[in-house]
Amino acid sequence: MKGIVLTAALLMTIVWAASAQHIKVVSFSEIEKNFRVQSDSIYVINFWATWCGPCVKELPYFDQLNAVHSNEPLRVILLSLDFPSKLKSTVMPFVKKKDIQSEVHVLNEKNMDAFIKRVSETWSGAIPATLIVNAKTGKYQFYEAELTYEQLESYYQQIKP
Amino acid sequence: MAALGLVLISQTFAQGYKVGDTATDFKLKNVNEKTLSLADMPSAKGYIVIFTCNHCPYAQAYEQRIIDLDKKYAAKGYPVIAINPNDPKVQPEDSFAEMQKRARQKKYPFPYLFDSTQDIAKAYGATRTPQVYLLQKTAQGNVVEYIGAIDNNTEDGSKADLKYVETAVDALLTGKKPETSYTRAIGCTIKWKKDS
Repeated sequence: MKGIVLTAALLMTIVWAASAQHIKVVSFSEIEKNFRVQSDSIYVINFWATWCGPCVKELPYFDQLNAVHSNEPLRVILLSLDFPSKLKSTVMPFVKKKDIQSEVHVLNEKNMDAFIKRVSETWSGAIPATLIVNAKTGKYQFYEAELTYEQLESYYQQIKP
Repeated sequence: MAALGLVLISQTFAQGYKVGDTATDFKLKNVNEKTLSLADMPSAKGYIVIFTCNHCPYAQAYEQRIIDLDKKYAAKGYPVIAINPNDPKVQPEDSFAEMQKRARQKKYPFPYLFDSTQDIAKAYGATRTPQVYLLQKTAQGNVVEYIGAIDNNTEDGSKADLKYVETAVDALLTGKKPETSYTRAIGCTIKWKKDS
């Protein structure tokens, strides 16, 4: 009996993992440590929130960028600035409803002032905002603006070696 | 070329006031249909100017704290002056009629002004809601003494251990300069007019 319950639980976990994204609550350091590992990867990190209209509007462009360059070492991370307490009630249902394919995480930082400054000295804190990092060359571009797909594509091309 | 254009645009908005600059006065329509200027409050020692709006969840999260700031500091000479800089064509919830409704419902004790041309938000260099510009009245004009967030916990004010605006106003009231004069915070972008 115990075995059946365990098997069922395991199966449910597998089904859940396959059907939904594994959205984690992360600190910015967890994202940032990737940049320091010298790799071919280009990171496109979009700062957004479910409550931010212009952010929601541009989200599909990030999925599109990911899809168009699926054979390239591109990693798109949609880093939600929704409150971590909204992970299950808001962020997860939103990601499912919008069928977002890119990697989504929710930021947890106590000191937002320090976090914003760490991302970019030029960032006032308004969203949407996007950070593009080439881990190999160390090139680092930051945009505090709503982007079109064309802009996103051109910024991605610019940062490639 | 597109990138260059964007950089230029963001620089235009990033200009505006820094701490120590003298801020312009304005003449904006209040929710009571009358226009208001900073100069209309001769007994004020300064002003807690807050760019805020109806629709933004972060502005809503801070709404009660903005009311409390006015209740605490208006009598001490630092009234809250709330300004909505958003274009209602882009964000209908931020129309003048909706502002009037919200101010009535929530019993705003402070003026809630409409920056319909967005000239004041641009002059101040505001980028998001909510965003505070704390001004001190001096012989030279209204000097910017603090720019930034209200405190460091948007979700729950009772857990904020850094109350930036209160600390800054308290410093000014005792003749000191605020120790923290600039903070960054997450907020909703100002909804600029599409044609500008």
